[in-house]
Amino acid sequence: MAKKESTFLNMVLTLFLVSAVASTTLGFVYELTKAPIAEAKRQKKLSAIKVVVPSFDNNPDGEMFKVPAGENGTDSLEVYPAKNGEEVIGYAIKTYTNQGFSGLIELMVGFELSGNIHNISVLYHAETPGLGDKMEEKKFPKWVGQFKGKNPSEHDLRVKKDGGELDAITATTISSRAYCDAVDRAHRAFEFINTQDQ
Amino acid sequence: MSRLKTFTNGFIKENPAFVLLLGLCPLLGVTTSAINGLGMGLATTFVLIMSNIVVSLVKDFIPAKVRIPSFIVIIATFVTLVGLVMEAYVPALYESLGLFIPLIVVNCLVLGRAEAFASKNSTLDSIIDGSGMGLGFTFALTLLGSVREILGSGSFFGMKFIEGDGMLVFVLSPGAFLAMGYLVVLINKINKKTA
Repeated sequence: MAKKESTFLNMVLTLFLVSAVASTTLGFVYELTKAPIAEAKRQKKLSAIKVVVPSFDNNPDGEMFKVPAGENGTDSLEVYPAKNGEEVIGYAIKTYTNQGFSGLIELMVGFELSGNIHNISVLYHAETPGLGDKMEEKKFPKWVGQFKGKNPSEHDLRVKKDGGELDAITATTISSRAYCDAVDRAHRAFEFINTQDQ
Repeated sequence: MSRLKTFTNGFIKENPAFVLLLGLCPLLGVTTSAINGLGMGLATTFVLIMSNIVVSLVKDFIPAKVRIPSFIVIIATFVTLVGLVMEAYVPALYESLGLFIPLIVVNCLVLGRAEAFASKNSTLDSIIDGSGMGLGFTFALTLLGSVREILGSGSFFGMKFIEGDGMLVFVLSPGAFLAMGYLVVLINKINKKTA
């Protein structure tokens, strides 16, 4: 096939050329798609915020602030305040857990000012299709329905196996537990905001 | 071999998934639904055609001893390109295929065609071979995805036709092997008859 001989110089030159052309091409494409990718991610976040808090008229994306999370304070959660005019009507908190069946799960949890959970939306997960992915509202509304309108300070939002009051998704105790862990993390952040305001 | 035959070969006779059994990792991994299978298949087809074109164009300039690394770099470039474009313009599909897009690089189907066909044939033939093989692979992925989705979730391309769940095992990995096995039997049976 190849007409060129496999001398050392030829091989080095060829590989150099191939890699140079490849990396230049990718550099260009990366630059071209950078803006649309960021925009797609932002849209996704915004639509998640819209789902989890009552209707608002500000731009939560621009007013995002961070609060420390976790015991050692090394980590932080992003909080998106939802406002009507100047008045804050709720907080969308981006939270996570690493205890999912396949690791990381990211949720957007919306709190009303009273501390009640308005709604929860799943941003990212890699759970088993058909089992753990039922945590998404469109696939299994019953699960997230158990959280709506409840205040985590008054209700024990854990699965029944752990002594809480939630029915876990069938055959999906680990994912359900992880979900509760993420919600709990968001709730701690919410409490933190409340103590700051006073 | 006539050009038409080169093209149709990829579909039944030498279907990359069901007969050559190439590229099984993404095949079994992504086909939990028909739409995932279709998306993955089209992405692979694109990579296959593009890398076949480039490989057949540069085959004379590449010394035999470094051909595999060169092919891999070419393929990886197109895969990364597909990944970036997908993430930018069809984020929903990218999310469900995400993990498997980079795996197209090591899909033996793509490298196999570059090595076995494109490096020995003209550009036009390579394009035809790439499209045939790619569409055959897409067909296999979509078929397997449909079977698993119908049996496992009771829906077809996302449209539910039964209440509740189907046989969950078909959505999980063991079901992929089961469904795959029966489809291979079926295709082989058809092939035997026509041969």
